[in-house]
Amino acid sequence: MNVHAARQGVFGAARSEDGIARGEPLLVVDNISLAFGGVKAITDVSFDIVKGEIRAIIGPNGAGKTSMLNVINGFYHPQQGTITFRGRSRRRMQPHEAAMQGIARTFQNIALFKGMTTLDNIMTGRITLMKRNMLWQALWHGPAEAEEIAHREAVERIIDFLEIEHIRKVPVGRLPYGLQKRVELGRALAAEPALLLLDEPMAGMNLEEKEDMSRFILDVNRDYGTTIALIEHDMGVVMDLSDRVVVLDYGRKIGDGTPDEVRNNQAVIDAYLGVAHD
Amino acid sequence: MPVSPDQEPATFPQYLLANARRFGARPAMRHKDYGIRQSWTWAEMRDEIRRFSLGLAELGLKPGDKVAIAGANRPRLYWAFCAVQALGAIPVPVYSDSVAEEMAYVISHAEARYAIVQDQEQVDKLLSVGDGLSIEKIVYDEERGLAGYDPANLHAIDDVMALGEARLQREGEAPWLETVAGARGSDLAVMLYTSGTTGKPKGVMLSFDNLVVAAKSGIAFDRLSEHEVVIAYLPLAWVGDHVFSYAQSYVAGFCVCCPESAETVDVDRREIAPTYFFAPPRVFENLLTAIMVRMEDAGRVKKAMFDHFIAHGRRVGERILDGRPVSLVDRLRYWLGDICVYGPLKNRMGFTRMRVGYTAGEAIGPEIFRFYRSLGLNLKQLYGQTEASVYITAQPDGEIRADTVGRPSPGVEIRIADSGEVLYRSPGVFVGYYKNEEATQATKSADGWVHTGDAGFFDAEGHLKIIDRANDVGRLKDGSLFAPKYIENKLKFYPNIKEVVAFGDGRDFVAVFLNIDLTSVGSWAERNNVAYGSYQELAAHPRVYEMMQRHVEEVNRDLAGEDVMAGSQIRRFLVLHKELDADDGELTRTQKVRRSFIAERYAPLIEALYDGSKSKYVETEVVFEDGRKGKISATVEIRDVPVFAPAARMKEAAE
Repeated sequence: MNVHAARQGVFGAARSEDGIARGEPLLVVDNISLAFGGVKAITDVSFDIVKGEIRAIIGPNGAGKTSMLNVINGFYHPQQGTITFRGRSRRRMQPHEAAMQGIARTFQNIALFKGMTTLDNIMTGRITLMKRNMLWQALWHGPAEAEEIAHREAVERIIDFLEIEHIRKVPVGRLPYGLQKRVELGRALAAEPALLLLDEPMAGMNLEEKEDMSRFILDVNRDYGTTIALIEHDMGVVMDLSDRVVVLDYGRKIGDGTPDEVRNNQAVIDAYLGVAHD
Repeated sequence: MPVSPDQEPATFPQYLLANARRFGARPAMRHKDYGIRQSWTWAEMRDEIRRFSLGLAELGLKPGDKVAIAGANRPRLYWAFCAVQALGAIPVPVYSDSVAEEMAYVISHAEARYAIVQDQEQVDKLLSVGDGLSIEKIVYDEERGLAGYDPANLHAIDDVMALGEARLQREGEAPWLETVAGARGSDLAVMLYTSGTTGKPKGVMLSFDNLVVAAKSGIAFDRLSEHEVVIAYLPLAWVGDHVFSYAQSYVAGFCVCCPESAETVDVDRREIAPTYFFAPPRVFENLLTAIMVRMEDAGRVKKAMFDHFIAHGRRVGERILDGRPVSLVDRLRYWLGDICVYGPLKNRMGFTRMRVGYTAGEAIGPEIFRFYRSLGLNLKQLYGQTEASVYITAQPDGEIRADTVGRPSPGVEIRIADSGEVLYRSPGVFVGYYKNEEATQATKSADGWVHTGDAGFFDAEGHLKIIDRANDVGRLKDGSLFAPKYIENKLKFYPNIKEVVAFGDGRDFVAVFLNIDLTSVGSWAERNNVAYGSYQELAAHPRVYEMMQRHVEEVNRDLAGEDVMAGSQIRRFLVLHKELDADDGELTRTQKVRRSFIAERYAPLIEALYDGSKSKYVETEVVFEDGRKGKISATVEIRDVPVFAPAARMKEAAE
């Protein structure tokens, strides 16, 4: 069999038939407030992410960016406000439910299985797509085997896409940081997400690694139409990559718009230059 | 009219058809993709290439057109060669890692109208210099990242093949077969641009006859068959890869395997275990270093076993390989060593099935060369050029020397000009340089002799030794030959010496500058309790000088044993107080010594080498990595070295 001949998208089309056209809101965050005891992490934040775009969330340290991602993928439950994903509103959702609905993410501090190989780590990203139950998989014959082969092929396409063939069988713990980040992206992609959340995908990378990662993010977005929300501190990267930017400061939204609009927004400039708050 | 089965093929497309008949079910090509080895038999490959070729014709490719090919070693790019040749057009492979301007030069010089490339990277390069180029259509293999590009003159190979398939359905295969059958051996097969370390690259035109004859003689020389397996990992634009992975594969009918990616070559080689392998010395050096580093971390027992058997291998391995007499006990120990050490080691490196291996391109360190041979690997050296379709000399089995490049290959005549330059004549000799009659005439004489530009001589056994670029070879005042690179290489084979510059042209004797290798000498210093605070201090350390003196003396002893070189033994040397550096303009970016610049910059030191002084104070300007300039000063010691009479060596040998 010649795999070349099968020119299908790397991430399949499993979750793209949701009836939402490109440019329509995929996710709407409405009046979200989140507090930990007396500490207000997020206050009344609203924004949307439209299908097919790269949406950046920026802000100084402690602005509530990661909390926002955690709210979106159901890890934190906001005290107030609603989240509408693919037309369905919800207040409380568990992370695994978010995963089942097609939200995948990477973490600021890499959260891979260090002792497992790159291949196995990415395979774990397929878990929400596996149809056979654990018993079948333990037997590993018949339908479970066929399913495993299909998943393996999808994973191999991701490995090819991210150019990590040479570390396929290397335990992730032995890899340099930049490559671990790439493996983590691979695992998120393996879930064939409708919305991909990236928490500082380029933190701690050198220039070359950043360029590589930027290219992967753009390619995922352009070639496969995956909607991406990312948090990033490198402004050069943010302005180049994203279609729209939302700016948070002290848990509040202070800016929202195209990179150019945000760049010229006085509130944003103040937040980054550190103007004293009353 | 189809090619009649009994007609001897003369072009590669004709070989393709013949192989599809002869070895139809045998694998022709393998490629690891998506983690699995995909293979194509000769019959399948013929179908793919036919589709591809017809598709290119459909795009408007005409006989005589030039087609640039750039990318990694992938089956479809190899198919591109044959698909293009089948239409009577000429492939022009381009180094895929060359920058856009270099690529543009080659493409516009070759007047290529089409380009077949691997991916977005190459497409971007072509588009970035777009306007000035003759390129009309670009065909690409991997579509990733190209989604948003203007599709007007951009075609995926898949789409081109689909066009070809449609044409095949429409008019059948007869017209295509007719074109293939109509080609003659004297037709131009390929244009390979030489890398051009001096001046602009030149397009070497090779005919099918050149390549087929060269391929055949290589096949006969090493008794290659359709059962060989090779791994294609060297640049497509390099003549070595073109002959080993393309020409010889078609002529002999053997299988070519493409690696998954450039980073996985080591793993792929282990999986494939090639039977016929070709590599520049660098590859062998890196493999050996990797093994030695890992052995340092091995347990005591393993390390002891490794050291013991490697030492034994060094003693008898080469003799066994050459079929010379070895005692039964030694053979038994070698056999045991093969089970415990050599076998696993070969397996690790992917050499388990290797019947013939070649190293070429530059001189290989004798120690490294002997190491591989002592494991029982039939590693040999050859000397070749693009202009010769590779083969000029090669080492026959059983006559392997670390310091020669072997005897003239079958069908090759060699003579040494009065200037010391090596000239050759063979059926593989190129047609000419494309659009450069002047250079053609300067290189190739009317009666077919080609100037290699290398100086060399034949040793007593009839093996050719290459000593240097002919232009760099000079004479000492007493008339003896002075080949700086030959001397420098001998010294550079010592791991402690990083760089050497030899002087002597028009002088009384040979003298050298040495650069220590900080990694190697540094670790020696650590092990031997030699304290130092800086590079400069280490370089000037008396014990380092002693070590360097020993190396120089050994080289002198070596030179004394060679009639031609005995006169150019090293009389004086010094160890430079700073590392030669490309930032200071002392080396080229590819780490080659810039002789004339160094001669100017260190003129006082050179004078000191020849005026007999014991030391010399110098100040040198240096450029730091951030661009600032500074000065370093040092008093450099100069040492005399004894020379050996040629006779002394003879006596020693007779004892």
